[in-house]
Amino acid sequence: MLTNVTLGQYFPGASVAHRLDPRTKLGMSFAYIMVLFIATSWLSYSVLGLASLLVVWLSQVPVKMVLRGLRPILMILSLTVVLHVFTSREGVELVSLWFVRIYSGGVRQGFLLAFRLVLLVLSTSVLTLTTSPIALTDALEVALRPLRRFGVPAHELAMMMTIALRFIPTLLEEAEKIMKAQLARGADFESGGLLKRAKSLLPLLIPLFISAFRRADELAMAMEARCYRGGEGRTKYKILKYSSLDAYAVASFVVISAVALAL
Amino acid sequence: MGVPSIIEIKGLHHVYRGHDGDTYALGGVDIHIDEGEFVAIIGRNGSGKSTLAKHLNAILLPTEGRVLVMGMDTQDARLLWSIRQTVGMVFQNPDNQIVATVIDEDVAFGPENLGVPTPEIAERVDAALKQVNMMPYRNHAPHLLSGGQKQRVAIAGVLAMHPKLLVLDEATAMLDPVGRAEVIDTILALRSAAKMTTVLITHHMDEAVLAHRVIAMDEGRVVTTGTPAEVFSQPELLESLGLDVPLAAKLAKELQRSGLPLPDGILTAAQLVNALCQSS
Amino acid sequence: MTIADGEFVGIIGQTGSGKSTLVQLLNGLLKPTQGTVTVGDVTTTDKGVRLRPLRQSVGLVFQFAEHQLFAETVAADIAFGPLNLGVTPDEAAARVDEALLTVGLPLEMKERSPFELSGGQMRRVAIAGVLAMRPQVLILDEPTAGLDPRGRDDVLARISALHRERGITVILVSHSMEDVARLVNRLVVMHEGGILHDGSPREVFRHAESLATIGLGVPQATEVLRRLRLAGWSVPAVALTLAEARQFIVEAWRERGGGA
Repeated sequence: MLTNVTLGQYFPGASVAHRLDPRTKLGMSFAYIMVLFIATSWLSYSVLGLASLLVVWLSQVPVKMVLRGLRPILMILSLTVVLHVFTSREGVELVSLWFVRIYSGGVRQGFLLAFRLVLLVLSTSVLTLTTSPIALTDALEVALRPLRRFGVPAHELAMMMTIALRFIPTLLEEAEKIMKAQLARGADFESGGLLKRAKSLLPLLIPLFISAFRRADELAMAMEARCYRGGEGRTKYKILKYSSLDAYAVASFVVISAVALAL
Repeated sequence: MGVPSIIEIKGLHHVYRGHDGDTYALGGVDIHIDEGEFVAIIGRNGSGKSTLAKHLNAILLPTEGRVLVMGMDTQDARLLWSIRQTVGMVFQNPDNQIVATVIDEDVAFGPENLGVPTPEIAERVDAALKQVNMMPYRNHAPHLLSGGQKQRVAIAGVLAMHPKLLVLDEATAMLDPVGRAEVIDTILALRSAAKMTTVLITHHMDEAVLAHRVIAMDEGRVVTTGTPAEVFSQPELLESLGLDVPLAAKLAKELQRSGLPLPDGILTAAQLVNALCQSS
Repeated sequence: MTIADGEFVGIIGQTGSGKSTLVQLLNGLLKPTQGTVTVGDVTTTDKGVRLRPLRQSVGLVFQFAEHQLFAETVAADIAFGPLNLGVTPDEAAARVDEALLTVGLPLEMKERSPFELSGGQMRRVAIAGVLAMRPQVLILDEPTAGLDPRGRDDVLARISALHRERGITVILVSHSMEDVARLVNRLVVMHEGGILHDGSPREVFRHAESLATIGLGVPQATEVLRRLRLAGWSVPAVALTLAEARQFIVEAWRERGGGA
């Protein structure tokens, strides 16, 4: 049931994409998204799209898994296209039927935006598919570090993410256990109206929250007992290291982006 | 001075201050633990044994009295981190003390906090995982391990901090018999390989008999202390405290009463059978 | 496998031997992939089977059952099961009192929050919550896990009394050979999803070697006798209690000429 939910959808492997430093991947994904927003021509998008497909191929992640990431945004995609097609008044009038008027500009705009969204989601799913959650957390901590002077607690945020990732499976397992226990007491989580259903979830949610707080309390004590006192003076077990691979990747990325934007 | 004391507790009182009144958890405890000792603390739930454990590494501070860890007073805030590095604690719930999403990262957590240089952390992680026999699981996710394996990881996480004293606060209470055996075997291996000073807090008497010294607690006080043979030869006292007596010890007592000439201090089935064979 | 009305069955086996799956099959929380489970005249895989009456008649107390407590008061939590079954509030209140007394908790506890209680008391409230549904079959998955010796003995004595005085069928999943030896009249040993032994505790504990190969022990009293037999004494193979072991040993000792 609940424990079957896959989280962080990391696809372990040893491909070129997996071996890149997480900071490089995070940085490139970010830059790629910016390039996506700057680019306007179909030609640019074709280059960027081809580059994306190349990365997917290099990552050796089954295409099916990558496409699965697109499923949740199908609604948004169709909505984007429909809205633009029917509301835009730019370009040449293509169809004029009763009150429906479709202009070429709308069609163009709609599909470009949808394509941009697809590429955006594609790049982020390749990032999470090829980077373990913990590596991603480390990279995020590095990325946020410059913001510390503005009061952003980079280390604490990263630690929170790690702990959340660590405890999600534990809490899911617990939720399933409590659910079964309440079902055995004749609870009904499925029938009735919205209000009744929400109320019927209380016997599941309350014990789950209590357990989460108890766990948080005990974990905090265990962390203090192991001398945890925040990020100050902490060393790292696994230090992120750039390799020549990262240099090649960044170089290729810069070239492709330049070409894409120039077209 | 002979063997140095690792723990020196003098007149320790502890009061939990709650909004509906105070709870007296410890009422005058004096204990010392020497280097290399293996001490079991037994007592029923609410006897104060876990409160006592939390004084050993300054998670709790005395309401009255003093706790010295290798001469360091737990009330001295400047010594807090040295005390916690000296006393490693393993807690009851195996799920709630593993921080990281990968085993070796979790073992590294303590040394990272201590600011140990990176190459040395790697050495310490490897050594600790080997000591608890969890090397093959170093890249596993914690939620896929059994309870006994998780507790062994927790022990490794403490060992990587190079403590002088290992405290197990009911670390076997939530485990099945296999998990309990794994943890106890790990402790015994650490004792024979590294003479690790150990405090085992438990309500499983078959674990307590393995110690050098047993301290029985009730209502926040030490009721009796001595070798396992001395403590478990008082079945009436232990039962009045709500504790078990190992069946072999109880059976030996009963057989003595039935007129069999058995020596005192029998704790295990093997000892009882040996004594019986010699007596006839 | 068949369990008759009024039996007190113990189920032992390693973690992962299939015990938990088995008990969840019994009240329809899990459905068999193959084969059938019939409780009374209800078969869980039948089309249109109504699971609520089944869950009423088969009460299941999970391991660390106190984790399922949720209500503001002890009384409300215990009444949750009966109210789900559609009994009247008055009837539910009567059942709360009855269940509290059965698990040995004072009625004054009713208005307290379950989360202020000690671990042992919370465990009992959770058990009372299942008892208030008046099940004909009570299944307990390690009801004493994590309790101290006194708490363990209390809970087991209450369960035993329920079986003795009200004739409720009890299925006790346990890791403790001592407890099952003392309590149950039938013992089922599970291993890798199958049944390895099934018989009275006295019969099952005869198989000390076979139990040892799957990582299970025998009661301490039996263990002493087993070692004596290995040393050449003629004592029975199995003793379930300390008193029994004492009697066997004294007899054998006299036979060997001890005390003469």
